[in-house]
Amino acid sequence: MLKRLNGEDDMTGAEVAIRDADFPVPFASGLEYNAPARGPWNIVHTGMLMPESHQVFACAQGCLRGVILTAAEMEAMDRMSWISVDRNDLFDGSLERNIVDGTADILRKLPRKPRAVLLFLSCVHLFAGCDFEAILEELRAMFPNVVFVDCYMNPTMRKSGLTPDQLMRRQLYAPLAPCPSEPKTANLIGNDRPTDESSELARLVREAGWKLRDITDCKTFDEYLAMAKSALEITYLPTAAAAGDALERRLGRKHLYLPLSYDFNEIERNLAKLADALGIDAPDWTGAKRNALRALEYAREIAGDFSVEIDYTATPRPVGLALLLAEHGFRVTRVYTDAMIEEERPAFERLRSLAPDLLLTATVHAKMRFAGKGVHEHGPVLAIGQKAAYFSGTRHFVNIVSGGGMYGFDGVAKLAALIEDAAIHEKDTETVIQHKGLGCRSCL
Amino acid sequence: MKQTARIISIHAADTSGVCSMLYELGGMVVVHDASGCNSTYSTHDEPRWYRQDSMIYISALTETDAILGNDEKLISDVVSAANDLSPRFIAVCGAPVPLLAGTDFDAIAAEIEARSGVPTFGLHTSGMNSYLVGASEALEAVVNRFCAAPVPLTAEPSANILGATPLDFSVLGAVDSVREWLEAAGFRVVSCMAMDGTLDDIGQAGSAHVNLVVSSCGLAAAELLRARFGTPWVAGVPVGEKFPAILADALREAAKSGANALPCAARSISGSAPIPAVVGEAVFSGSLAKAIELDAGRPCRVLCPLEADDRLLAPCDVRIADEDAAADAFAQSSGVIADPMYAPVCPAETPFLRLPHEAFSGRCYRKESLNLINRPLPWRL
Repeated sequence: MLKRLNGEDDMTGAEVAIRDADFPVPFASGLEYNAPARGPWNIVHTGMLMPESHQVFACAQGCLRGVILTAAEMEAMDRMSWISVDRNDLFDGSLERNIVDGTADILRKLPRKPRAVLLFLSCVHLFAGCDFEAILEELRAMFPNVVFVDCYMNPTMRKSGLTPDQLMRRQLYAPLAPCPSEPKTANLIGNDRPTDESSELARLVREAGWKLRDITDCKTFDEYLAMAKSALEITYLPTAAAAGDALERRLGRKHLYLPLSYDFNEIERNLAKLADALGIDAPDWTGAKRNALRALEYAREIAGDFSVEIDYTATPRPVGLALLLAEHGFRVTRVYTDAMIEEERPAFERLRSLAPDLLLTATVHAKMRFAGKGVHEHGPVLAIGQKAAYFSGTRHFVNIVSGGGMYGFDGVAKLAALIEDAAIHEKDTETVIQHKGLGCRSCL
Repeated sequence: MKQTARIISIHAADTSGVCSMLYELGGMVVVHDASGCNSTYSTHDEPRWYRQDSMIYISALTETDAILGNDEKLISDVVSAANDLSPRFIAVCGAPVPLLAGTDFDAIAAEIEARSGVPTFGLHTSGMNSYLVGASEALEAVVNRFCAAPVPLTAEPSANILGATPLDFSVLGAVDSVREWLEAAGFRVVSCMAMDGTLDDIGQAGSAHVNLVVSSCGLAAAELLRARFGTPWVAGVPVGEKFPAILADALREAAKSGANALPCAARSISGSAPIPAVVGEAVFSGSLAKAIELDAGRPCRVLCPLEADDRLLAPCDVRIADEDAAADAFAQSSGVIADPMYAPVCPAETPFLRLPHEAFSGRCYRKESLNLINRPLPWRL
C-alpha cells in the first residue's frame, strides 16, 4: 500500500502544484486506475442518438461485455447485437466472412429492419488487417435499403490519430450525403445533449431567423437525414471538431468551431464569428455579461466557504473554468486532469500566476486507487464533475459532463446557479455517479 | 448462429475473472490492454469497486507499443507501481491485442519478479474466453505459489471453499451463507477462495480435510490441492432445503474416504417429456437442478452456456453455444430458470423464472439477486 510520509500519503507523481506543472501533460504515463464515475458518455450512448439505427459490435468477449451492458443499462438491448471474435478467427482468414454472415443473420432476425446499422470493429480487427470496405460493400449489396456506417471501438489506437470518441462523433454524421443547401439553416454538431435554448448561441441563430438542427432533437431517421441540407456546421466541443471538419469537406458547408469557453473575451469573439456567419451584426452583450457576473457573485456568497475542485469530465476546459472562478473570488484548490488540450494553454499560464499553489491531480495514476472518497480532504469541498466528487468524497457537487449543454455568458450564469445549488443541497454521490451515461435512461 | 447474438448479453470475460478472483488478496493485477477491460470490469463485473480498494490496473497499451513490442514499458510501469504500493503479489494478463502480438506473459512476469522482488505470475487470458477460464487460472496460480509448504491437517473437520467470486455469488450474502452452513455442518472454514478471505488463509489451505468446489473455476485449484496434499474435493453449492444435507454427507464421506464427489452432477432423467431447465455455470446450476429434483420432485437439467469440465455436468445436461441454441433448448423445456437477459429468446408459452447472474447481466438486476443457500426455493415448479 502507499507509504506514509509525515502522516500523509505520498502522492508524488500523481499531483503537482500548477506552478511546477508541465503543460500539456503534467504526469508520467504508467499503470492506470479507473475511478467509479460513470456519467461521461461512451460510443454506445453517442451512437444511440441516431434515430431508427441498430448497433452491431464485432469484438472479443471482453470488449463486447462493456458495450452490451451499456445498452442493457439504458434499456436499449433491442437496438444492440453482437458478433464475437475467437482466437481462431484471427488466424484462419474468416474475420470478414464471420462479420458479414453474422450481421446478415442479425438483420434477418430483427422484427423490423433498421434504417441504419452502426457496425463497429475493434482494435484486434484493425491489427489483423480486416478489410472493412469489403465487409460494407457486401452488406450494402445484401441490404440496399439499410445504411451501413463503419464505426470503430479501437482504444489501442487512441494516440495514433482521432480517439474513439472523436471518431464516433464523426461517423455519427457519415450518412449525411451531399445535397443542395437550405438557406438560413445550421447544424449544431457533435453534442450528446441539447444546448440550452437560452444560450447566446441558440438565441443568436434563432434571432437571425435561422433554423438550428441538432441530432439530439431528431426523432426520426428522416429528420436526421435532413441535417445534410443545413448551410452551416457549428461545433463547440473539442471532440466534435473533427466531425465538423469532415462535414465541411464532404458536404461543402462552412464549419464554424466556437470552442466552449469561460473566458469572456473568447466568448464574445466566438459570438461575433457566429453573427458574421449568420450575416447579422453582433449584438451588445453587456447585459449578458452583467448577468453572468452577478450570478458568479451570488454563487460565491453561498459557496465561499467551500474549496472548489473541478475535473475534466465536467468540461473540456477545467483549467479555464478554474481560472474564471479563481478570478471571481472562489477558493479553487484542485483540478483533476491527466492532460490538457492546447486550447487551455492561455488559462493555464494565467492560473499558475494567479493561484500557483492550486493542485493538478491525475485521475488514472495508480496511486489514485487509494485517494478516493475524500481521504485527502481537510475541509468542505464543492466539486464540479463526478470524478472530483468521487475523489474529494463530497456530497456537494455539480453533476455535469462535457459542459452540460451550457454555453456562453448564459452558460456561465447557469453554471453559477448550479454551484449555488450544489452548495445548498447534498447528493447521494455513490448512487448518482455510478449511473452510466448522464442523461440516458438507466435500469439501475 | 455461431458467435452471434441478436439480443442477449454475453458473459464476463477471462480478464474480469482474473481480477474478480484476486480482488481481495492484496495483490496487484495488471491487464495489458488499452483501457476497455478495466472500465468494463470495474463498472459491470465488480460490485466491490466503489467501497473496497484493490490494486487492479490497466497497462494503457498503445498501438505503437504493441507494434514495436515495447514490453519494457509494461515491465517498468509495473515495477514502479509495485515499489509505490507494495503488493503481496503481482499478476499480469492480456487482452486480444497482446494475444495477436504474441506477448510472453511468463517471461514478463519473471522479469518483473526479478526487478521488484514481488512474487509475480503471468496468466494467459485473451479477452476471448469466459470469466471462469480466467478465474480458474488465477486461483490455480495463487494456490500453486502460496500453498507450497506442507501444513498439518487441522484437528477438527475443516474445509476450504473454492471458486467463490461475486460474478457467480454477488455480494448480497450467499457466500456468507455457505460459510455458515459449512460451520453448522461441523466444518471449520480454513479459507474461502476468494471472498472474505486472505492470502494468509489460503496459505493454510493444505490443512483442510476436504475442499468444497462451489463453481467450476475452483476445480483446477482443487485438483492441485489434491495432488499436493491429497485433499479430496466435492463439487456443489448447498441450495434449497434437501440438497444441503446431501452435500454435507458428501463432504464427510470424502474427508473420510479421500475420494472426490460430484453431487451437483448426480442427476438423471427418464422419458422424453419436457422438463425444467436451469441456465448458468455448471456447479451452481447443477446444484440448483438437484435441489429442484429433491424439493419439488421434478427432474431438471442444466443448460450450460459456459466452459465446464465434463465431470461437472450430468448426462442429461446440454451445452448451449449461442443464442440460437439457447432459444431451441428453451423451447424444448417445460420452464426456464435463467438470468433475465435470456428472457427475450424464451418462447412466450414457456414459463420463465428470473435468476439474476452477475456474470451475465452485470449490475442490471443486482437488486433482484436471490440467496438460495440452505433455504426453500422461491418458485413453485
